[in-house]
Amino acid sequence: MAETRLVEMKGISKSFGAVKALQSVDLELRHHEVLGLVGDNAAGKSTLMKILSGVYAPDGGEIFMEGKKVKFASPADSRRLGIEMIFQDLAIVPNLNIAGNIFLGREPVKSFLGIKILDKRKMIEESRVAVGRLDVDIRSTRLAAAGLSGGQQQAVAVGRAIYFNPPVVIMDEPTAALSVKGIKRVLELVHELKERGIAVILISHRLPNIFAVTDRIVILRTGKRVAEKMTKDTTAEEIIDLMVGMH
Amino acid sequence: MIDGLRKFGQFREAPSLVALGGIVVVSSLLSPYFFTGTNIKNVLTQVSIIALLAEGEAFVILTGGIDLSLGSVLALVSVLVAGCMKSMNMPVYPAVLVGLCVGTLCGLTSGLLVTRVRIPSFIATLAMMAIARGLALIYSKGVPISMFPPEFRIIAKYVGPVSVLTLIMIAMLVVGQLILSWTRTGQYIRATGGHEEATRYLGVNVDRVKLFAFSFSGFCAAVGGVMLTARMDSAYPNVGQGYELDAIGSAVLGGISFTGGLGSVGGAFMGALVITILGNLLNLLRVSGFYQYVFKGLILAVAALSLSRGVKYAK
Repeated sequence: MAETRLVEMKGISKSFGAVKALQSVDLELRHHEVLGLVGDNAAGKSTLMKILSGVYAPDGGEIFMEGKKVKFASPADSRRLGIEMIFQDLAIVPNLNIAGNIFLGREPVKSFLGIKILDKRKMIEESRVAVGRLDVDIRSTRLAAAGLSGGQQQAVAVGRAIYFNPPVVIMDEPTAALSVKGIKRVLELVHELKERGIAVILISHRLPNIFAVTDRIVILRTGKRVAEKMTKDTTAEEIIDLMVGMH
Repeated sequence: MIDGLRKFGQFREAPSLVALGGIVVVSSLLSPYFFTGTNIKNVLTQVSIIALLAEGEAFVILTGGIDLSLGSVLALVSVLVAGCMKSMNMPVYPAVLVGLCVGTLCGLTSGLLVTRVRIPSFIATLAMMAIARGLALIYSKGVPISMFPPEFRIIAKYVGPVSVLTLIMIAMLVVGQLILSWTRTGQYIRATGGHEEATRYLGVNVDRVKLFAFSFSGFCAAVGGVMLTARMDSAYPNVGQGYELDAIGSAVLGGISFTGGLGSVGGAFMGALVITILGNLLNLLRVSGFYQYVFKGLILAVAALSLSRGVKYAK
């Protein structure tokens, strides 16, 4: 019996000029699973996820969610369907406050004399609740994001991604610039997301992270999908071989 | 007290407020005519047009761009409105409406050059600066147009102590600040200037935001053009040259950050006031207008220096 996949990407191709970033790549994400997407630099991991999050349009191939074909004209479409991304540089807008960052693109509004204006009180309060759940010390969500520490900014980026309880969260190299403590927190977060029933795609070329939290691993190499392994059935050496091509 | 001062210093508008206070004090000391009713009326009238341009400029700079065409668009709208009333015998309101539409269209065109053709805003608006000026000269055949119907000149009349120009300016400033602070568009304008890539990634239609900012800037220049024509009761195709520098200077002095995302309409207004009062003071002291350029340049440099200290960005 075939279970409906949460997300299915079939035959995805993407070129940038003469560079073939992705060639007919398939990827499926099952409900509640943590999928590791690995590959060396320029393997196409980020490009594939940017296609899934609506930043790029694929040159070829199709995307399905819960069995239904979908097309993303912009990231707004994919966010609306419940695909959220936590970017490598966190994508925090420094001159907006925390509340503004958490709600960017989806601000709550209220009607005033027939015009839609920002519901600032709701933004401040709801965002306080959102970051409050993440165990960071943020005194007020009125604070400009620019003054926050790395860990606090990460909390804002995560709070933004999970606020609307999305079914899918993509994390792109979330530990790239973090301290040991920061990395530990990210891995704990992935566990928390899984407990909440959120499926996670984790892009990383730090294999210890991949082995710590993922259920399944898909390996890309120079724009092609080369293998898929269940995490518990493989080893770091095997994955590296597949990433690099000596198999 | 030091804490309070430090908190005050955090505001982007602080330097312009201090400069404003400073120049008002200096002016009162140097000239007995400064604080007279007539002079204050003059200043408020003179500042109205630059304040409008500064507001339009602020919107564009907040998105991370720049608009060099405001002076030329003002001139084009000025001669068009004048020509509609004089040679086409249009009634006042339709003529003004034509002017406002053309100005907004100029802004929209600049915006399209930036978002669709992907030209940097500096070049796109430099081109528009030349094109609009050229069109103004062609339309007016290089000759001033004057003597307008009385219904039009009402725009420059005084209602009690304050001129209609000042009232229009206040209305536009309030609307502009409300848009920036209370609408999603305002939020996106600042987000685009602060971190354009992130804003795009989160699904905001950044191109549409920029088109709005440029169109609004063109609209402000158009309103300025109508106001100036009413005030001078004439339309000169060469008017407004150098106004964009005043507009940009006012905006920067008022705390609008050149990298985008920071600042307010109120700040731009205060910057415009400082520049206007400086010019006013030099007039009262019978100092050559040429000195204005030197002073404006110095103020700009000092303002930019003091505003860029202590700014921390996450990127």
